[in-house]
Amino acid sequence: MTVLAVSGLSVEFTTEGGTLQALRDVSFEVPERKIVGVVGESGCGKSTLINAILGLLADNGHVSAGEILFEGAQELTTLDPTSMRALRGERISTVFQDPMGALNPVLSVGRQMVNVQYRSGRSKAEKTARAVEMLQKVRIPDAEKAVNRYPHEFSGGMKQRIAIAMALMMEPALLIADEPTTALDATLEVATIELLKELQEEIGCSVLFISHHLGVIAELCDEVIVMYAGEVVERGDVRDIFNDPRHPYAHRLLDCDPARQKGLVRHLPTIPGEIPDLRARPEGCIFRPRCHRAEARCTETPPEIVVSPGHMARCWVAEVPERAEAAR
Amino acid sequence: MTEIVLTVEDVEVTFPTGTLIDGLRGRPRSIKGVAGVSFSVARGETFALVGESGSGKTTLARAINGLQPVSAGHIEFEGKAVEGQDRAGLKAMRRRMSMMFQDPVGSLSPRLNVGQLIAEPFRIHGVEGRDLRGEVVRLLNLVGLSNDFAERYPHQLSGGQARRVGVARSIALDPTLIIADEPTAGLDVSVQGEVLNLLNDLRERLGLSMVIITHNLHVVHHVADRVAVMYLGRFVETGPTGEVFRDPRHPYTAALLSANPEPDPDKAHDRISLPAEVPSLLNRPPGCEFHTRCPWAREDCRTRVPRPEPLGNRMISCHYPLEAGAKPPERTPA
Ligand SMILES: Nc1ncnc2c1ncn2[C@@H]1O[C@H](COP(=O)(O)OP(=O)(O)OP(=O)(O)O)[C@@H](O)[C@H]1O
Ligand SMILES: Nc1ncnc2c1ncn2[C@@H]1O[C@H](COP(=O)(O)OP(=O)(O)OP(=O)(O)O)[C@@H](O)[C@H]1O
Ligand SMILES: [Mg+2]
Ligand SMILES: [Mg+2]
Repeated sequence: MTVLAVSGLSVEFTTEGGTLQALRDVSFEVPERKIVGVVGESGCGKSTLINAILGLLADNGHVSAGEILFEGAQELTTLDPTSMRALRGERISTVFQDPMGALNPVLSVGRQMVNVQYRSGRSKAEKTARAVEMLQKVRIPDAEKAVNRYPHEFSGGMKQRIAIAMALMMEPALLIADEPTTALDATLEVATIELLKELQEEIGCSVLFISHHLGVIAELCDEVIVMYAGEVVERGDVRDIFNDPRHPYAHRLLDCDPARQKGLVRHLPTIPGEIPDLRARPEGCIFRPRCHRAEARCTETPPEIVVSPGHMARCWVAEVPERAEAAR
Repeated sequence: MTEIVLTVEDVEVTFPTGTLIDGLRGRPRSIKGVAGVSFSVARGETFALVGESGSGKTTLARAINGLQPVSAGHIEFEGKAVEGQDRAGLKAMRRRMSMMFQDPVGSLSPRLNVGQLIAEPFRIHGVEGRDLRGEVVRLLNLVGLSNDFAERYPHQLSGGQARRVGVARSIALDPTLIIADEPTAGLDVSVQGEVLNLLNDLRERLGLSMVIITHNLHVVHHVADRVAVMYLGRFVETGPTGEVFRDPRHPYTAALLSANPEPDPDKAHDRISLPAEVPSLLNRPPGCEFHTRCPWAREDCRTRVPRPEPLGNRMISCHYPLEAGAKPPERTPA
């Protein structure tokens, strides 16, 4: 079964300078028990995508086209706010980039962790025990005491782990994580990935995982979506994307990872040019102005080329891998 | 001779915690977020701080910037003591030593637009005679944002865009030292490269020094001259980056480097796994503070406190520094 099916989704923000199209014709699926990673340029619309799924778009934003189907039954773009809120509490949980978004500064973390269990039917003591257990799971030292402390008394990374603990407590069908490991050191990052995998298997949920850390994506995810300027430019199995990227943007992105630089480089590689102004999208392929493989036909909207089953790229030249072309 | 810009000597930072009752029960009433660290940064040098979350990196950075009083030790920036400076002294100092904060959105005032935010350092420091509008445009372009961003408010920015605004603010007044707390967290690898290249260009052109805090070890490897690895508020290993990455001598450094995820789905990781429980600062382990998680710990590590000792070009706090390529022994840690 498909837990989440997004099809043809477009989102617009109204700004002083005109309408900003943050997402355009985004389609992908999150299958049951799978971890799907989302990567892409800063500002390409990853957080907007999540907010659209959760019905949390800013006041100046709205869904202008498309559908978001949850568990094959609920259409999230038209769901009433009350049902949406219930869904967010029970079936879909989140961990955001900034842990303070999830934590209330004036309540102790234990209090907050007890509060999120309000629908569980557990007794107060059980809720507290569960809170302590979850804090231990995410490696907060002195968990019994830590429940009485306030968010500001924890380091950035600890706050993030507490936010993860809170999200896991609800045993959701879908966990949406927006850069949850950004603030963690490598040992804890790996531990968190392992923890997420464990949880995902334990409760059989799916995960939509956003990260700029390509190493983490490679290690954690089953499938990967690559976004650029509000569009899905490539998606496929994690090995398809990392070993055989077909969209020039996906290829360049992987090339820029400092982890892939052989030898020491003080000057790190970047993708020349800038993300286009989303209020005035160029005609044709969105990546064309920055693409070294651009051809005349790229001024027309590119088709979705199916490279292999489950692996597709929105690019005119996707059928020919870059290496093969270079060899010609 | 290399000119030293920043000197940090035996610096400690304590936070009050706990109640009177804790005190009466013999529980500590304060914790040491930074527990005695020393290092110096030369002009034009990039010094990286890495280490466990909660190990005191941000606290140390705040102490250097005078935002956090030190409880012991001495910090000297361009020949002047940081501790004990009055407001005016600190203000003058911060003009030459700027701080990029860890939380990009939270450190930007939500009521100011991007243009005002970037102009803020000029206003705070009463810089006259510069064309503010022109400076804002120059800085926006330097960090890769188009002019129209000047009208946007922080909540209308993506995480990466907010980060770039932070970079623009921190380089506005041409500082000599930048303390950058996770400057590229939340940026894609291409923009990360742009920000680091930008900082690196400034370093080369203006002789800027940098203290960079990051969890991204690949970044440290490429941009830092020297690196210090922190654990529970202390430096466990300090040395030239290339050397430390080639053969880490402290077990925590080795574990950290072995954990580093690689962008290859088929990579077989040969990781040194550490027991989950990170000790609490309220209850620091006796002896070597890493012994509770150290796969190599021996009997005397539980009782004997290691001091930082020079080892070649490095400083190591370990009784039994690792040999190159050492594999953890097949036993549960002490
Ligand atoms: N409320 C808003 N009003 C106007 N524009 C907005 C608003 N929120 C986001 N945007 C713009 O929409 C685009 C997508 O932003 P989004 O936050 O989704 O990016 P992102 O992919 O999450 O980036 P990052 O990786 O930096 O977090 C950006 O250009 C951003 O500036
Ligand atoms: N205001 C405070 N009151 C009490 N304890 C504090 C305070 N600020 C920090 N601490 C504690 O001091 C220690 C060091 O925190 P710090 O934020 O410096 O860590 P860090 O190395 O920057 O971690 P991260 O990588 O997660 O950002 C932590 O244990 C933290 O809980
Ligand atoms: Mg985002
Ligand atoms: Mg920090």
